[in-house]
Amino acid sequence: MFTNKLMRRQAIFAYLILIPGIIMLLIFTFYPIVRGLPLAFTDYSVVDTTHWTGWKNFKRAFSDPIFGAALKNSLIYIVVVPFLQIISILMAILVNNKLRFVQFFRVAYFVPVVTSMVAAAIAWKWVYEEQGILNYFLMEFGILDEPISFMVETKLALMGVMIVTVWKGLGFYMMIYLAGLQSIPTEMQEAARIDGANRWRVIWHITIPLLMPFVLLCSLLSVMGAIQVFDEVFVMHGSLGDPAYSTLTTSVYSYRIAFTDFEFGYSAALGLLVAIIITIISIAMFRFTRKGGLTYYE
Amino acid sequence: MSDASVSRASRRPIRSEKWSGKKVLQAIILYPLLLLTTVITLGPFLWLLSTALKTGENVYAYPPQFIPNPITFQNFIDVFNIMPLWDYIGNTVVMTTLGVLLNLSLCALTAYPLARLRFPGRNAIFFTMVSTMILPNAAGMIVNFLTIQSLGLYNSLMGVVLPSAISIFNVFLLRQAFITVPNDMELSARIDGAGEFRIFASIMVPMIRPAIATVVIFDFMAFWNSLIWPVIVLDDKAKYPLGPALRYLNSNLAFNFPYIAAGTIISVIPIIVIFLILQRQFINGMVGAVKG
Repeated sequence: MFTNKLMRRQAIFAYLILIPGIIMLLIFTFYPIVRGLPLAFTDYSVVDTTHWTGWKNFKRAFSDPIFGAALKNSLIYIVVVPFLQIISILMAILVNNKLRFVQFFRVAYFVPVVTSMVAAAIAWKWVYEEQGILNYFLMEFGILDEPISFMVETKLALMGVMIVTVWKGLGFYMMIYLAGLQSIPTEMQEAARIDGANRWRVIWHITIPLLMPFVLLCSLLSVMGAIQVFDEVFVMHGSLGDPAYSTLTTSVYSYRIAFTDFEFGYSAALGLLVAIIITIISIAMFRFTRKGGLTYYE
Repeated sequence: MSDASVSRASRRPIRSEKWSGKKVLQAIILYPLLLLTTVITLGPFLWLLSTALKTGENVYAYPPQFIPNPITFQNFIDVFNIMPLWDYIGNTVVMTTLGVLLNLSLCALTAYPLARLRFPGRNAIFFTMVSTMILPNAAGMIVNFLTIQSLGLYNSLMGVVLPSAISIFNVFLLRQAFITVPNDMELSARIDGAGEFRIFASIMVPMIRPAIATVVIFDFMAFWNSLIWPVIVLDDKAKYPLGPALRYLNSNLAFNFPYIAAGTIISVIPIIVIFLILQRQFINGMVGAVKG
C-alpha cells in the first residue's frame, strides 16, 4: 500500500518535472530531425509556395561547381587532423614532466580553447597582414624576400584558416592526452628506461601505443569538426569563402544558401549530403582502427 | 592508484639525488621548449593586445613594435564611443546568464527523473534521446529558424537562447552524476518525511556540484562565444552580442584596426579571468566530458 502510493507519487513528480525539458526537446531537437529530411526534397524558400521536387536538389548539388569546390575544401580540411593530434601529443608529453611552473604552461596552452573563435580569427587576421608580424618573421629569417598576403593568395588562404583551427584546438586535445598519459601505468616506461631505451624510443614504442585509444577518439572528434568547420572561415573570409571560393566550406556554403539566398530546400539537401559523408567517414574510421587491432588497451 | 603514488613518493628522494645532474639538463632542454610553445599559443593575442595599446602612427610601424612605445589606453576609451560596446557587453551578459540558467535548470530537471525515479516509459524516453545523438541533424538551423519565426521570436533574445535551452549532452552528464549519489542520502531524507521536490532540490542537486560546475562552464563558453545563431536570429545589429558585433565591425571598420583590437581584447577578458579562477574545473570538466 505504502510503496504503491509512493511509486505513484514519484511517477507523477517525474512526469511533472520532465514536461518542460521534453517540450523543448520536441520543438528544437526532434522536430528539426523529422522536418529536415522532407525539406531536402522540396523547393522551400521564403518567397514562393513550396513544391515537392523529388531528387532535384541532389541532382543540382552534384552539378553545382561551387558546392564541388566547397566539398573539396571541406575534405582537404581533414589535413588538420594529423597536425592537431601529433602536436598536441607532443605538448602533452612536454607538460607531463614534473617541473616547476608546469601548471602555468598548461594554462597558457589552454587559453585559445576558452576564447571565442571570433577573437582568435581577428587576432590571426592581424598576424597574417601584409605588414604583419608573420611576414616580418619570415623575412627576418630569410624565408621570404617580400611580404605575402596570406589572406588574399588563393593557394594560401585555406592553409591560413587551417592553421587557426590547429592553433585553437591544440590545448583541448593536449589536455585529453595529458589525462591519458596520467592514467596509463608508468611501470612499463620505467622498465624500458632501465633496460636502456632512450627517451624517444620509450615515447614511440610504449607511450604512443598506450595512448592509442585516446588518439582514436580525438581523431574522430577532430575529423568531424574539420569537415564541418564554420566560424574561422566565416570570420576570416566571409560567407563567400574569399578569395574566389578558395576557403569556402560546405557548412559556410549551406549557411549562405539558406540565410542569404533563402533557398531552404537546397540548403537542407546539402546538409544531408554532408551528414551522409561524415557518417561514412566515421564508420570507415571505426572499421579501419578495429581491423588494425589498435584497441588492445581498454 | 593510491598504492602507486605512495611508493613513488617514497622513492623520490633517492631518485632526485641520483638524477640531479640529469634534472638540470632536462630543465635546460624543456624550459625553452615550453616557452617557445607559449609564444605560439599566446602570441596572436599578445600581438593583438600590443596593437590595442599603440598610438595610431605606431600600428603599422615597420619593423613592428613588440612592446608599444608609448603605451596608450586611448583605444580602449575611444572604442566605447565609436561603437556601442556597452550595449554589446550588456547583450552578451544577458544572453549568457539567461542561457546558462535555462539550460542548467531544464537539463537538471530532465536528468533527475531519468537517473533516480521509477516511472513507466523511463527507458523509452532515455533511448529516444540517445538515438537523436546519432541521427544527423543536417537542417537543424533552418528548421529552428522557421520555428523561431513562427513563434514570433525572430529578432529577440529569447529566439537566440531558446533552441539551446536544453542539450541532450548535458542531460547525460547530469544523469550520470545523479546516478552516483548514494542511496542512503535519499532514504534518510524520505524517512524524515521530505517530499520529492525537497529531495531533488536540497539533497540531490547539492550532491552533484562538480557536474553542475562542468555544465555551467560549458554553457558559459558556448553562449559567450556564440557566433552564427545570433547572426541568423537577430536582424537588428544593436541587439548583437559581442561575437557577431566584432565580426561585423571587423569587416566594416577594418581601416581602424586598433579599435577592433581593443574591442576584441575586452571581449576575451571575462572568459579568460573566469578560466583562470576555475582552471581546474574547466580542464577536468572538458576532459571528463569527452572521455565520458
